[in-house]
Amino acid sequence: MKLWFEKQRYLIDFTLASMARRKARNLGLLGVYTVLVFVLASVALYTHALRVEAAKVLAASPEVILQRLVAGRHDLIPPGYLEKVGRIRGVQKKEGRLWGYYYDAVVKANYTFMVPNDASIAKGEIVVGPALERSRGLAAGNGISFRSYSGKLHTFIVASVLPQASEIASADLVLMHEEDFRAFFDYPVGHYTDIALSVANPLEVRNVALKLAAALPDSRPILRDEVLRTYASIFDWREGIVLALLSAAILAFGILAWEKASGLSADEKREIGILKAIGWETGDIIKMKFWEGLLISLTAFLAGFVAAYLHVFYFAATLFEPVLKGWAVLYPEFRLTPHIDGLQVATLFFFTVFPYAAAVLAPIWKAAITDPDAVMRG
Amino acid sequence: MIFQPAIIALLLSSAICVLALALIAPFAFEVIRRWDIKSGSERQLQLERRTYLFSMLLAFVLVAQLASVLLFVFNAEKMSGMFVGAMCAVGTLNVNPYGFPALNAKIALFFLAAMWLAINHVDSRARDYPLVRIKYALLLLLAPLLAVAAWTEAQFFVNLQADVITSCCGSLFSEGSKTLVAEASALEPVPAMLLFYGAMGLAIGMSSFHWAYGRGGYGVAVAAALGFAAGISGILSFISLYIYEHPHHHCPFCVLKPEYGYQGYALYLPLFVATAAGLAAGAIRPFAGVASLTAIVPDVSRRLASIASIGFLLTAAVATAMILRSNLVLLDH
Amino acid sequence: MIELAGIRKAFNQGQHNEYWALNGIDLAIEANKVTALRGPSGSGKTTLLTLVGCLARPTEGRVRLKGEDISGLPERFLTDIRRRTFGFVFQQFNLIKGLSALDNIILPAYPTGEPRRELLERAEALLARLNLGHRREAKVEWLSGGEQQRVAICRALINDPEALIADEPTANLDTHLAKEFMAILEGLAGEGRTILLTSHDPLVTESAVVDRGVEMRDGQIVDDR
Ligand SMILES: Nc1ncnc2c1ncn2[C@@H]1O[C@H](COP(=O)(O)OP(=O)(O)OP(=O)(O)O)[C@@H](O)[C@H]1O
Ligand SMILES: [Mg+2]
Repeated sequence: MKLWFEKQRYLIDFTLASMARRKARNLGLLGVYTVLVFVLASVALYTHALRVEAAKVLAASPEVILQRLVAGRHDLIPPGYLEKVGRIRGVQKKEGRLWGYYYDAVVKANYTFMVPNDASIAKGEIVVGPALERSRGLAAGNGISFRSYSGKLHTFIVASVLPQASEIASADLVLMHEEDFRAFFDYPVGHYTDIALSVANPLEVRNVALKLAAALPDSRPILRDEVLRTYASIFDWREGIVLALLSAAILAFGILAWEKASGLSADEKREIGILKAIGWETGDIIKMKFWEGLLISLTAFLAGFVAAYLHVFYFAATLFEPVLKGWAVLYPEFRLTPHIDGLQVATLFFFTVFPYAAAVLAPIWKAAITDPDAVMRG
Repeated sequence: MIFQPAIIALLLSSAICVLALALIAPFAFEVIRRWDIKSGSERQLQLERRTYLFSMLLAFVLVAQLASVLLFVFNAEKMSGMFVGAMCAVGTLNVNPYGFPALNAKIALFFLAAMWLAINHVDSRARDYPLVRIKYALLLLLAPLLAVAAWTEAQFFVNLQADVITSCCGSLFSEGSKTLVAEASALEPVPAMLLFYGAMGLAIGMSSFHWAYGRGGYGVAVAAALGFAAGISGILSFISLYIYEHPHHHCPFCVLKPEYGYQGYALYLPLFVATAAGLAAGAIRPFAGVASLTAIVPDVSRRLASIASIGFLLTAAVATAMILRSNLVLLDH
Repeated sequence: MIELAGIRKAFNQGQHNEYWALNGIDLAIEANKVTALRGPSGSGKTTLLTLVGCLARPTEGRVRLKGEDISGLPERFLTDIRRRTFGFVFQQFNLIKGLSALDNIILPAYPTGEPRRELLERAEALLARLNLGHRREAKVEWLSGGEQQRVAICRALINDPEALIADEPTANLDTHLAKEFMAILEGLAGEGRTILLTSHDPLVTESAVVDRGVEMRDGQIVDDR
C-alpha cells in the first residue's frame, strides 16, 4: 500500500515536470478546457440562481389566485364577486388585490403599480423598488409625478425604497395607497384586479381549485405550485437549450482533446519510449497519463467554475444576461444570492470531464503501447 | 421528454459507454478467436496490448456507472417538484414504469463491472493470462446489458410527462401495498432489525473468516448479496424512520437530501463498496483451481474480503449510530 | 545466465516486407563475463540485444533466464524482469531532456515505488563513483557527451541489475572518452556484473576487458571465441 502511494506520487511528480516542460501545448488545452467549463458553469449557475429567486418570490405569493375571464380574457373582478366565492373548506383567507402596469415614457420602462394588502402606505405616498431608485434618481422624501393614462399629472412623495434583497421581483415595483391607485387608473370603486386565496394544507390546493372552478365558471384559478412547475421547466428548458447549443462546443472540445492526446510530439513519443525501455510498464505509462488528465481536468474545472461563480454572482453575469433573462427593459441590477447546487456541479462534471476522459482514452493507450525497443533504433 | 441538463448528461454518458463498448466488441471477439499466449508473433503482441485498452475502458465504464447512479438519483430527487404527488426521487421514478428498472440496471451494471475488473485483475497477475478468453466472453455479455440499461434509461426520460400524477414514497413504501419493497418496508421493527443485523453479522463474519483463513470464497459473495439486500431493506424498514424521526416515512432516497445532512451517503457508500468487493471475491473464486492462479486468487480474494468486511462493519456501525442518535422511539427499551 | 535456443525474429511478419533479422541463434551468455557482439551493420546485433534484455520477444525459439523460460511471457512480466535484471546504456544515451541528472538517474525506479530517500542515496553514491557529484542538479542537455554517458550508466545501475546491456556505447565518444568508458566497464565487470555489448569499435572489441567475442552476419552467429 505504501509502495503504491509512493509510486503514484512519483508518477504525478513526473507528469507535472513533463507538463511544465511542454507549457505552450498544455496551457492551450487547459485554456480551452477552462473556458468551456466557465461558459457551461455560468449558464448553469445563472439559470439556477434565477430559479431559486423565482421560487423565493413565489413562496410569498398566495397558493391560489383567482382571475375572472370575459371572452377568454382577464377582466376586473366586479363588486360582490368576492362574496360569491363563499366559504370553501381549507381556504384560510381571501382578498381582492389591486395592481397594474404603468409605462413610464421618461425612462421607457414598465412599472408595476400595486396596493399592498396591509394598507401600510399613507395617501399621497409611494414606496418604490430599487430599479426606480436608480433610473429616476429617487430617494426617500423626494417627490415624483406620473402622468396617468387619462392625461392627468399625479404627484407622490417617496416614503421609502424597497430593500435590494430580492430585486428580480421588486425592482420595478411601486406600492401606493388604494385610493391613489383607483384615482390614478380611474379604477371603478369596488372592482379588483384578482382575488388571492391562501390555503394552508398543500394537499387541499387542488380541491379548492376544483371547487372554485365549479362555483364560478367564469373564473380561472391559478395555482402557485403550477406556476412554480412551469417556471422550473421553463428555466430547465432554457438551460437545456443553451447547453444543447453548447454541445457543439463540447464536441469540438472532445475532438481537440483527442487530437492533442493522439498527436504526441516526437519529443514526447521518444520520452515514452525511453521510459518503457528503462523499465516502465505499459500500465505505468497509462497511470501517468491518467494523472495528467486528472490534473488538467481538475484544474480546468476548478478554475472555470470559480470564474463562472464570480462572473454570475459578483459581476452580474455581464456576458450573457441578455440571452438568458429575457425581455425586461428595466434590468434589475442583479445581486443574485450565491447558490451552488450539488446536482449542477455533478452535471457540469459530466458535461466536461466525461467527454474529455472518453476522448483521451484511446490516444493514451496508443501512446502507452509504444515498443520498448524503439529507442534502440535511434 | 423533459429537456434538462442532468438528463442530457446522463444520456450522453450512457451513449458514450455503449458506443465505446460497441466499438471495441469486434476487437474483443478477435482476442477470443486468435489468442495464443505461446506465439511470439506480432499479432499476439498486438492482442496483448489491446487488453490494456479493454481494462481501461471497463474501469471507465465502472466509474461512469457509479457516477451516473448518483446523478440519476440526484436528478430524480430534483425533478420531483415537477410531478404532482412526487415529493422525492421515488415519485419521479414512478412517473413511468421504466424508472426503477433503469436505476436497478445501473446498480447491477456497477456490480458486474466490479466483478469483471476483479477477474481481470487476477488474470493479469498470472504470467500466462489464463482467463483471457473467459474474460472477453464475459465482456461481450456485458455489452448488451449495458445497451439494455441505456435503453431503459432513455425510455424513462423520453416518457417523462410533467402532468402525470404519480405516487411517492408515502404510498409506495406504505404498509398497505403489495410490492416486494412494500413488504420490506412493512416489516415490524423487531424482525427487521433482527434481519438487518443478522445479515450484516453474517456478511461481516463470512468475509472476516475468509480474510483470516482464506476459505469460503463463495460464501463471501452470497453473504455480500444478502448483506446488500438486508442493507436496503433495513434502510427501508427502520433506519430511514430513525433518520426522519417519523414512524411512517420509509424512503431510501430522502436520506440523501440536504435536509437530512446527506446522511444517506455515509450509509450507501460503504454498503456499495462492501457489496462490490464481496461479489468480486466470489467472482474470482471459480478460477482458484487454474494452475497459474492457485496462489493469486486466494491472495486477491482475501484482500477483497477484507474490504467487504470493513465495509459492512462500517455500514452497520453508521446505521447503529444513526439509530442511537435519533429521537424516535420504535422499540420500548 | 541467459540461454538462447533456436531464436528467430521476424519484422513485419506476414506482410510483403517480412524480414527475418535473426535466423537461428543458439547462444549462452555466461554470468559475470563481458561478452561483445560484433558484425556488419544490419547483421542483427541490436535485435539480439533486445531479445536478451527482455525488450522484445522472439518470434520463434526459447529464451531462458537462469533456467526459467521467459520467451512466451507477456510484456507486463517481461518489464518486471527487465527492471530487476538488466540495465541499459544506449548509443544515443536517451536521457530525458529538461530533467536534472539526478532525476534522470532515479527514473527507472519509479515503478517500484521505493521511498525517495533511499533512491536518492543510491543515486548519490553512483554519481560520486562516476565523478559526477558536482553535476547532479544540472539539466542533462547541458552536460557534455562523456558526462551524459556517465549519467546513463548511473541510470542503468540504479536498480542494481545483475546484467548491463550496452548498444554501441562508444560510437558517440572520442578515443579518450571511449577509454574512460572501458575503464568504468572494467570496474563493473570486476564487481561481478554480467555485461553484454555490441560494437564496431576495435577499441572495445579488442579490449582485454572483453572475455568473449561473438561475430554475427545476416542474423546468424558465424564466429564465437
Ligand atoms: N522494427 C523493424 N522493422 C523492420 N525491420 C527492422 C526493424 N528493426 C530492425 N530491422 C531490420 O533488422 C535488421 C537487423 O537490425 P539490427 O538493428 O539488429 O542490426 P545491427 O546489427 O544492430 O546493425 P548496426 O550495426 O547498424 O546497429 C536490419 O536489416 C534492420 O533493417
Ligand atoms: Mg545496432
